[in-house]
Amino acid sequence: MSLTLLQVIAGGLLLGAVYALFSSGLTLVWGMMNIVNFAHGDFVMLGMYVAFVVYTLFGAGPWLGAPLAVLVLATLGVVVYFGLIRGIMKGPMLAQILGTFGLALLLRYSVFWWFGANFLSLPENLVGGTFDFLGLRIQASRLLAGTVALLVTLGLHFLLTRTSLGSKMLAVAEDSTAAQLMGIRPDTMQAIAWAIAAGATGLAGALIATFFYIVPTVGETLAIVAFVTVSLGGFGSVPGALVAGLLIGVIESLSAYLIGAVYKDMVVYTLFLGFLWFRPQGLMGKT
Amino acid sequence: MKFKRILGLLCAASIFLVATGSAWSQEKTVKIGAVFPLSGNAATAGAHTKAAIEVAMDIINNAHPEFGNFPLAKNAGLAGLGGAKVEVVFGDNQGSPATGQNQTLRLITEDKVVAITGAYQSGVTLTASAVAEKYGIPFVNGESVAANLTERGFKWFFRVTPIASDIARIYYEFLTDMKASGVKTDSIAIIHDTTEYGVSVANVVTSAFKEKGQPIALDIPYAINATDVQGQVLQLKEKKPDVAIMIAYTPDAILYQKTMQALDYKPPMIIADDSGYSDPSFIKAVGKISQGVFNRSSWSVGPAGSPTALIAEMYKKKTGDDMDDTTGRAMQAFFVLCDAIDRAGSTDPAKIQAALRATDLKPDQLMMGYKGVKFDEKGQNILASGLIIQLQDGESYVAVWPKAGAAKTPILPYKGW
Repeated sequence: MSLTLLQVIAGGLLLGAVYALFSSGLTLVWGMMNIVNFAHGDFVMLGMYVAFVVYTLFGAGPWLGAPLAVLVLATLGVVVYFGLIRGIMKGPMLAQILGTFGLALLLRYSVFWWFGANFLSLPENLVGGTFDFLGLRIQASRLLAGTVALLVTLGLHFLLTRTSLGSKMLAVAEDSTAAQLMGIRPDTMQAIAWAIAAGATGLAGALIATFFYIVPTVGETLAIVAFVTVSLGGFGSVPGALVAGLLIGVIESLSAYLIGAVYKDMVVYTLFLGFLWFRPQGLMGKT
Repeated sequence: MKFKRILGLLCAASIFLVATGSAWSQEKTVKIGAVFPLSGNAATAGAHTKAAIEVAMDIINNAHPEFGNFPLAKNAGLAGLGGAKVEVVFGDNQGSPATGQNQTLRLITEDKVVAITGAYQSGVTLTASAVAEKYGIPFVNGESVAANLTERGFKWFFRVTPIASDIARIYYEFLTDMKASGVKTDSIAIIHDTTEYGVSVANVVTSAFKEKGQPIALDIPYAINATDVQGQVLQLKEKKPDVAIMIAYTPDAILYQKTMQALDYKPPMIIADDSGYSDPSFIKAVGKISQGVFNRSSWSVGPAGSPTALIAEMYKKKTGDDMDDTTGRAMQAFFVLCDAIDRAGSTDPAKIQAALRATDLKPDQLMMGYKGVKFDEKGQNILASGLIIQLQDGESYVAVWPKAGAAKTPILPYKGW
């Protein structure tokens, strides 16, 4: 196998890990309350802007930007839950779709109004630049994002399956009336779920900002990938999103290199549709 | 009874006042529509163009004797229409051909504009100008380069910018000159998106080079707004072309430069085709890792006190950014349109169309470095031309070719970072 091909695969895996990272929040919200958050891409975008503001004000990299982005986005998550989601969850499906879509536009154009339309970027060497590893070029910023993606996925999985908080959240997701009878407050649990999901998304944004451009509409570009990742992995499954993210990353990179960049989406979506034909619940989704 | 009559009189009087009032104000302002991507992924280009048009309105609507013989600057308003002010109604095409069409329709039917300028992306200009054609409203474009726009037999479409075939000629002549000075230019790769603009420029450049006996060695098309371009860059890295021609809008342009740096790939020569690589926010974001990129341009600031320097100064004061080629070409089109309306001495679209056809502007009446503005029967400016600029220091482009207009000599190979 040629070195270039190895480079393509390594790049694909790192890209896939990043896809997984910004998809975990989306899948969590779906798993917890059957809501598709159309503002998800714009949460990522906000995380990126937090990282950018932290860099401009303090000259600090993601070690400060990422925790702050988690904090800001988690707070926003709670506010959005109480201000919007709790209300529209009682409404019809269409209200949920339009509600979160409206939120997406509000966030996007607020940032647009405040920061302007200009493309922004963090310096290339903010996270250790690029290094050679066995002849492969590895970008430290992507490696960091990939590692964090793994940790976040494992952490969320652990939280949901091994802790009492996770059990309570799952109980609410399963049957909120029954959970309430057991003394669990559905409101609190769902607000926590939103805080965690939005926080993870903010973290993703802050890390992606170290190697991607920052612009108010960047959420549009990223959200499509997030939706594909989540539905391939199985809506609601955090490990599923990781596996799906890695798969999509590698398939995209390989097809862009071997067949041609213009066909890579075609390859990914054909495989995606073919897969859903046989397994509509996704890789690890519940039937 | 008496009360009713007084009321009736009052009503009649107010209707009369409103009617004459609006007629009076119609005489005093000329409404022009401007369809640009004010939101969406090309919003940075749209915002810059909007600012440039507002600067142009300032120049036209107020007296600016310091501009000398520059058309429309000396006195306030359009002299041909008794000093009428120009008013611009903006429409946001969001970078989408469908929205561009709807916004043009709105400007024509709701806002009753007398002419339209726009719409940045060739794909959007294609649909927007078709609406104007249907309604018989002049559409003046300053920045879309896809060749087919002026091949549709339209009667109301006028284009001021150099187009794909002019660009191909500039590239070919530049590379021939470079080759003569000992630079290797044998294998050329074209990397382009699959939009109207990307495909058109790539096709025209490819066939123009082929005609001259130099086939393009590598053609890499890709879908716009990519999340990742490693595959493309690795393909280039493996095939090692001497020259890489990049045809990309801003987001992809930034991603290409970032990825080239990450994968430690420097083509010996990069020629960028304007658009993304001319965006001031591109230079701010990745200029420092793109040192030595060549680009085409028709804009140059010129000596202090010249109209171009004054425009550059007003624009910088308004936006904080330097004037770039794409924005300048759009602004030039707006001046050409206003000049035609001024000469038409009327807001009748047919008279404006006739005035546009009769346009004959000389280089010293232009802000862009064209040889003039004169439209052929297809509506294309036959005197449009351009030069090659280079991002030598990573901060601002300087003219490097042809020698006559060059401020510096080209630096090779591509330095990158």
